Amino acid sequence: MRYLPLDAADRRHMLGVIGAASADDLFADVPLPARLSAPVDLPRHAGEIEVERELSALAALNRPAGAGPFFCGAGAYRHQVPATVDHLIQRSEFLTSYTPYQPEIAQGTLQVLFEFQTQVAALLGMEVANASLYDGSTACAEAVMMSRRVTRRRKAVLSGGLHPHYAAVTATIATAEGMEIARRPAAVDAEADVLAAIDSETACVVVQTPNVFGTVTDVTAIAAAAHAAGALLVVVTTEVVALGLLKPPGEMGADIAVAEGQSLGVGLNFGGPYVGLFACREKFVRQMPGRLCGETVDAEGRRGFVLTLSTREQHIRREKATSNICTNSGLCALAFSIHMTLLGGTGLRRLAEVNHGRARTLAKALGAVPGIEVLTPRFFNEVAVRVPGSAASLVEALAGEGILAGVPVSRLDPSAGLDDVLLLAATETTTAADIDSLVVALSRRTRG
Amino acid sequence: MSLNSVGRPTRPVSDAPGAGFASLSGGRGLLQDEALIFERSSWTGTGVDLPEPEAGTEDLGGLVRAEPLRLPGLSEPETVRHYVRLSQKNHAIDLALYPLGSCTMKHNPRLNEKLARLPGFADLHPLAPVSAVQGALALMDRLAHWLKTLTGMPAVALSPKAGAHGELCGLLAIRAAHAAHGQTQRRLVLTPTSAHGTNPATAAFVGYDVMEIGQTADGRVDLADLAAKLTDEVAAIMVTNPNTCGLFERDILEISRLTHAAGAYFYCDGANFNAIVGRVRPGDLGVDAMHINLHKTFSTPHGGGGPGSGPVVLSEALAPFAPTPWVVHGEDGFRLAEETEAEAAQAFGRMTAFHGQMGMFVRAYAYMLSHGADGLRQAAEDAVLNANYIKARLSGVMSAAFPDGPCMHEALFDDRWLEGTGVTTLDFAKAMIDEGFHPMTMYFPLVVHGAMLIEPTESESLAELDRFCDALLGLAGAALAGDVDRFTSAPHLAPLRRLDETLAARKPRLTWRPAEPGVAPAPLAAE
Repeated sequence: MRYLPLDAADRRHMLGVIGAASADDLFADVPLPARLSAPVDLPRHAGEIEVERELSALAALNRPAGAGPFFCGAGAYRHQVPATVDHLIQRSEFLTSYTPYQPEIAQGTLQVLFEFQTQVAALLGMEVANASLYDGSTACAEAVMMSRRVTRRRKAVLSGGLHPHYAAVTATIATAEGMEIARRPAAVDAEADVLAAIDSETACVVVQTPNVFGTVTDVTAIAAAAHAAGALLVVVTTEVVALGLLKPPGEMGADIAVAEGQSLGVGLNFGGPYVGLFACREKFVRQMPGRLCGETVDAEGRRGFVLTLSTREQHIRREKATSNICTNSGLCALAFSIHMTLLGGTGLRRLAEVNHGRARTLAKALGAVPGIEVLTPRFFNEVAVRVPGSAASLVEALAGEGILAGVPVSRLDPSAGLDDVLLLAATETTTAADIDSLVVALSRRTRG
Repeated sequence: MSLNSVGRPTRPVSDAPGAGFASLSGGRGLLQDEALIFERSSWTGTGVDLPEPEAGTEDLGGLVRAEPLRLPGLSEPETVRHYVRLSQKNHAIDLALYPLGSCTMKHNPRLNEKLARLPGFADLHPLAPVSAVQGALALMDRLAHWLKTLTGMPAVALSPKAGAHGELCGLLAIRAAHAAHGQTQRRLVLTPTSAHGTNPATAAFVGYDVMEIGQTADGRVDLADLAAKLTDEVAAIMVTNPNTCGLFERDILEISRLTHAAGAYFYCDGANFNAIVGRVRPGDLGVDAMHINLHKTFSTPHGGGGPGSGPVVLSEALAPFAPTPWVVHGEDGFRLAEETEAEAAQAFGRMTAFHGQMGMFVRAYAYMLSHGADGLRQAAEDAVLNANYIKARLSGVMSAAFPDGPCMHEALFDDRWLEGTGVTTLDFAKAMIDEGFHPMTMYFPLVVHGAMLIEPTESESLAELDRFCDALLGLAGAALAGDVDRFTSAPHLAPLRRLDETLAARKPRLTWRPAEPGVAPAPLAAE
């Protein structure tokens, strides 16, 4: 067993030092009826060859994004991650270290987190950011609960443009904490609809831009309305590459900005692990959830970094903590930060422009297919289209031809009555040939 | 002096400068000082070559950034050097024994890393049609089978993203079950004082009031106190087993019997499942819900603080309330139950946008297959053996918190043995850094004064265990001999000396900001 260094002689020697007759003696506190006398009914140990064979066979049953024309988005986007990123995150000192509780021997991780927080704050146009949360959806739920701590109100208004799974996670977690969730009806251009729902009980308004249908919206007026009612504005972004080009949430009046950071550095991973970005105005920092890294000095006056403001956290405050979160998404935050460091503001802008250009080409091509109507009025790299009949059936049919044509809205929100709406994304990885293949296949189907 | 044929000295000179030597640059040899990326000149550069964008932004509805995003971009070689230099300031399990009790810093097999990067897993979209993801769903199904078999539990929710997220999932299932049975008066969660901080934090988060259960002198749940507090207002107990003192709860069967008799559920914090995997099934102990930290028991890397993964196994009573999504065996292969309707009508909701930490599922499953049923059992046995060996070797000098009987996978010491030395647990821990080891968990659990919780895991060889014990015994000898400076000013040999945490909290500086454009801010100064 290649992961276990002890041999039989070591074990005998150690039992002698302990003064135990056998390893079973060390389990003497386990009640007899609960002791298993033999291994459970599962296969015995296996070598690398066997393990690799089984997992490779499973991987081969999947159709990865790179296998052909690919247009899925809806909260997870395919981007080219520079090879450097994956190499660096596999350094032993990053990969196999724990949360940096001992700052003297964790300055590598801590400086990365400080740089990450600075990058995230700049990207979202906010004053402070934390050291990451699990993913965008849980970050959204945490933002809603934070708005309750800040305003001492209980109601959250969710835009109909918010990703339905984000709305579901937020409803699950925030209602458990005693909040009331008012979710507005789904619509392609849904944001202004939240205005009517804001009242004096509202803790926060949650809007997403680009929203789940791809629509980009200036939320400045919503921020003003929320603030006039004493509520906070939470802005959600599931595609951070958009922020290379778009006005950031902070410039539009957001009090809390959250995002899914998966697009930079992390990859698709069938939905996880991802990295939740969380930023807010500085005055709310003591109500923030999650880990925070801050600058300080050591005993010799040299600059260093530590986890700070931990009196908000569960291991100190226990039942009075701002959140029950223990870990963050450290290695994914590192991957995000390395990718962002490679891109810089200049590179991210260019990447965003390339994405938008590909999406414009895609939207134009889709609009020219008879029977297909592009619904999204203003978009970054994703559009919603109306197709004749069921979007889910269309997607399954095109998958049979080797084209992953996007995400049907019915998959996210079956009760929205939008069974004929399909979401398609284009990124820098999308080629003109991919779009041609899609259009040819769609034209054949929609013509009936 | 010995010289080779071109005059190069081949032996060190005996009068080389020693202590007190300082380099001219302020650097420390190969350990590089490394500035922040924001303190470089390359604010407009980029290390990524991208194609020429197609012209036009009119589809953005005028929402283009007024000011371009100001963030530095580094070339590839500069980027590599920046992060490699930073990495060298970290301790890691790949470097030495990492005895953080309760955290389980075991070896992270590289086969798992390789397999998680297969494009069929890593480049797979979570919302691709189910016909395109049959292998991924099969892997989740097989992982679920292993977890259910190892725990003796009938169901598992895979989606929670970490241990604390799993605790939340378990308590939400418990709350939903009580609600379904009209038991809404149950507003209390009982948990021992020794519990992880996440237990009371999660219970409070879900709206429960937290009541503490007392502890016996031998470090276990006080049964009489538990029985007295188990009223019809109790929703659940949250007990870690083996507990945070590193001890198996001997009365565990009675604890679950009393709990169920009172109509409450038994949530087990599974952080320490690695001590008993393959030897004890939590299902046989009467557990109703338990999260499994795949990053502890099943070796997925800690990554400097995540990502973790916290699947929750559930009893028959709680299984109907599991969150979506889950994998279903359909007529034409696997599919996902994603909505809280029809087959999932009792599901309490959804924990995350997609299906959980797939990247961690692949790694954990590869680890399980590698060890097999026999190897997992041996791993638990070795973890317990290693901890007892450390306890035996150190107990002559350091005071074990619970000296009688064996411990499980971690050995707990208190600070009685340091009394009168002027050395605290914190000082002792920091001095371990100078000896090349990561400190143990300190001041946790809260029930032991000056706690030092040492968890070696099964990954350590006898030679490394001895090296560790020798180092600690050497330090203990120094502390008892009055060599106080070695401790109170430790660490001396780390990249930095002790850091001022009070200053960081009093004047929070959480992002880098120029004092004025292009000018770095003045460093913080200790007061």
